[in-house]
Amino acid sequence: MEVITTDIVIIGAGGAGLRAAITVAEQYPDLKIALISKVYPMRSHTVAAEGGAAAVTQDHDTLENHFHDTVSGGDWLCDQDTVQYFVEHAREELVQLEHWGCPWSRKSDGHVDVRAFGGMKIERTWFAADKSGFHILHTLFQTSLKYGSINRFDEYFTTDLIVEDGRCQGVVAIEIATGSMRLFVAKAVILATGGAGRVFRANTNGAIVTGDGMGMAYRAGVPLQDMEFVQYHPTCLAATGILMTEACRGEGGILVNKDGYRFLQDYGLGPVDPWPRNKAMELGPRDRLSQAIWHEQQKGRTIKTENGDVVNLDLRHLGAKKLQERLPFICELAKDFAGVDPVTTPIPVKPAVHYTMGGVKTDLTATTPLPGLYAVGECASNGLHGANRLGSNSLTELVVFGKQAGIYASEYAKNVAVTNQSAIEAQAEKYRQRIDSLLNRAEGNERISTIRKEMALTMEEGIGIYRTGDSMQATCNKLSELRERMKSAKLDDTSSVYNTELFLAIELEAMLETAASMAHSALNRKESRGSHQRLDGYENRDDVNYLKHSLAYYNADGDPKIEYADVCITTSQPAERVYGGAADDRGK
Amino acid sequence: MPDEQFEIDILRYRPETENEPVMQTYTIPYVRDWSVLDALNHIKDNLDGTLSYRWSCKMAVCGSCGMMVNGEPKLSCNTFLRDYHPGKITVEPLAHFPIERDLIINMDSFMEKLEKIKPYLIPTEEKPLADGEHLQSPDELMKYKQYSMCINCLLCYSACPEFGLEPDFLGPAALSLALRYNLDSRDNGQDQRTRIANTDKGVWPCMFVGSCSEVCPKHVNPASAIQQTKITSTIEWYKNVLMPRGSEAGGND
Ligand SMILES: Cc1cc2nc3c(=O)[nH]c(=O)nc-3n(C[C@H](O)[C@H](O)[C@H](O)COP(=O)(O)OP(=O)(O)OC[C@H]3O[C@@H](n4cnc5c(N)ncnc54)[C@H](O)[C@@H]3O)c2cc1C
Ligand code: FES
Repeated sequence: MEVITTDIVIIGAGGAGLRAAITVAEQYPDLKIALISKVYPMRSHTVAAEGGAAAVTQDHDTLENHFHDTVSGGDWLCDQDTVQYFVEHAREELVQLEHWGCPWSRKSDGHVDVRAFGGMKIERTWFAADKSGFHILHTLFQTSLKYGSINRFDEYFTTDLIVEDGRCQGVVAIEIATGSMRLFVAKAVILATGGAGRVFRANTNGAIVTGDGMGMAYRAGVPLQDMEFVQYHPTCLAATGILMTEACRGEGGILVNKDGYRFLQDYGLGPVDPWPRNKAMELGPRDRLSQAIWHEQQKGRTIKTENGDVVNLDLRHLGAKKLQERLPFICELAKDFAGVDPVTTPIPVKPAVHYTMGGVKTDLTATTPLPGLYAVGECASNGLHGANRLGSNSLTELVVFGKQAGIYASEYAKNVAVTNQSAIEAQAEKYRQRIDSLLNRAEGNERISTIRKEMALTMEEGIGIYRTGDSMQATCNKLSELRERMKSAKLDDTSSVYNTELFLAIELEAMLETAASMAHSALNRKESRGSHQRLDGYENRDDVNYLKHSLAYYNADGDPKIEYADVCITTSQPAERVYGGAADDRGK
Repeated sequence: MPDEQFEIDILRYRPETENEPVMQTYTIPYVRDWSVLDALNHIKDNLDGTLSYRWSCKMAVCGSCGMMVNGEPKLSCNTFLRDYHPGKITVEPLAHFPIERDLIINMDSFMEKLEKIKPYLIPTEEKPLADGEHLQSPDELMKYKQYSMCINCLLCYSACPEFGLEPDFLGPAALSLALRYNLDSRDNGQDQRTRIANTDKGVWPCMFVGSCSEVCPKHVNPASAIQQTKITSTIEWYKNVLMPRGSEAGGND
């Protein structure tokens, strides 16, 4: 097997991976970087982010406000040291993107403009119309081309981490174009592989968002933290899951049920007026909005369509001019994919899985419990989002902690040497054999697409917006069955060149593990908090027993082992989450 | 599910077993709302797992899924069966690029061109982060915004007859991106980029056929970018001939 020796391997060239790569290249020019991505960098799913990135910007806003919005938005499961670091460095990193050319939308005085976002007390979301992620990703990618020390391996699929002598010393990756496996030997590895939304049926995620990095770390013994917390975004197109950004509501859009009634006022988010008003009604947090839509459906107040029950996102009152200026992509998507012109017609929407709050356990330095392994971006869980992420915090997270990952991985790499190269090579060989046996399996009659669909369906049924012990148990059982059946999955394609079916199979193996970590973490959490809501006697938050991060450990022979770890609380003691009028009263 | 059927011809090429591409016909259910990509996914999931193509976002922004649909370059996630119904469709890899396998083309040359035009800000001096953002008025932003919208889907290269003849032509997307940075009020790298654009593989092969702008799914209008660059390149040429280097202040306006 060809061996590529480098100092730092970065897996993933989305916003997080690129920010980490640029940091290493700028601050540690002597270190060699291998930047590996299963797609060309500009295809990474950061490209799809629409609404914007949060940082305290206006004079009347404060870091304390952003801190408090994030911690209460996360239902106090956030690590407050991480949140503090985040709010302090957010603006600087968005300015850095500006210096690299990001075309942020501007006010008439030439300063960067900000918009309102859900759960944020003051407008602080920087945006590039409604293609913020697209512009951030292209800005970072294009900027990365300046640095000679970044060696890109585009369309290389990483399958496994190499752990030798108790630390991560490299990875194996398959060149997609040829099918040949390479061993990357490195002093430090940064995972930046993105989320895992594709384990669910209805989702806003691209095909590549399959949690590969979570799966790799998990199999290598690193715990996955808070995996039960999966964000349903309230406003997605019914047939495709395509996102209608929260910025639609930030700009003044409203949500109505089949009677044209602004139902959110019935769920602790009202009163309706004055409107628009931050942290109220349509600008409440996502978990609350998705839950409200679920209740409306139970009450029979949603609209039936062939693609399921929907409510209406009404933007008509914003007018054609504002829609064209602030939400042009939304107008395009609604027309192309739902046949609706938002200028004249409300957009039918429903909740879909959007974001994984959980991920590889890290802290504010992007360091994982496995020496030499760092993780950042949506694949990581550094305690920023707690039980519910606030919209526009994650794009900022990519750059704030991408930089941290670059620094901490470099400092580590500077001080270690690769040890036991022959054992590393032997491990790589073992991984190659695993892939070969999947590729050339002689027996078996399972189609991977069937297993994938059954997995996505059972996740939707059991690990949805509301959960019960029975539904979660059923999903856990189904996942064990699928894991067994996966052993007799047989591919149509046994070729080497661009064997995309092989990669779908490897992704599916990882997804089944990631899904199990979600389902079991959910089943074990006997309370309701943020995006984890139960209907079977555990309807309330239980700070006595569950003000804790859950940690799922891989178990090759069966169900994951679930443990718990403390949450870092510094200044904000758990309290009730209040929105709408109640929040205004509290503020007085 | 309606029982109406729909036929789709797909160009197949498996370099390990086939010497040259062949057409393969698949019959799928006709679903009005399906995109061409949905049809391909249906085939891959249910009929033939060996079919290979690129895709990810399914919302016309990642730029992965460009293909020829009935001879026209299209994003397959944003091209719908209903627009071809009744009838059938033919799907082929993007024209003018070497085929790797099935609908997957080799885009190495584009990646090199992208890098070549220096697609990043080249400021006169670095501004410290503590000094905050550069000021840029909405009008200044509008000057280059359109050219920053390129998703690198390569449809324009497939539409461009000149690129078909001259594979080294920098081409519509790379040249638009060069202009995007040249027009940015924060940039001072125009000289460097013009030197690259103003060559026989730069703007000059373009005969202004304009098909790149017609097929661009993001309305970037590369044809106009190339025209603008030609004018600048001509002026630069005269300046260089008539005025010795260094006699003018750098800086664009
Ligand atoms: C539709 C949508 C809209 C959003 N809008 C917003 C918003 O407005 N504001 C906000 O803050 N957040 C938003 N988010 C969330 C945010 O965009 C994501 O959390 C973030 O972009 C993830 O970035 P990342 O760098 O972690 O991963 P990604 O951008 O997903 O990149 C992952 C990278 O890892 C690589 N990779 C993965 N697996 C492998 C493997 N096995 N081998 C090699 N490479 C691999 C991929 O190729 C890719 O390069 C949105 C999310 C979605 C889906
Ligand atoms: S799949 Fe991303 S552009 Fe079509």
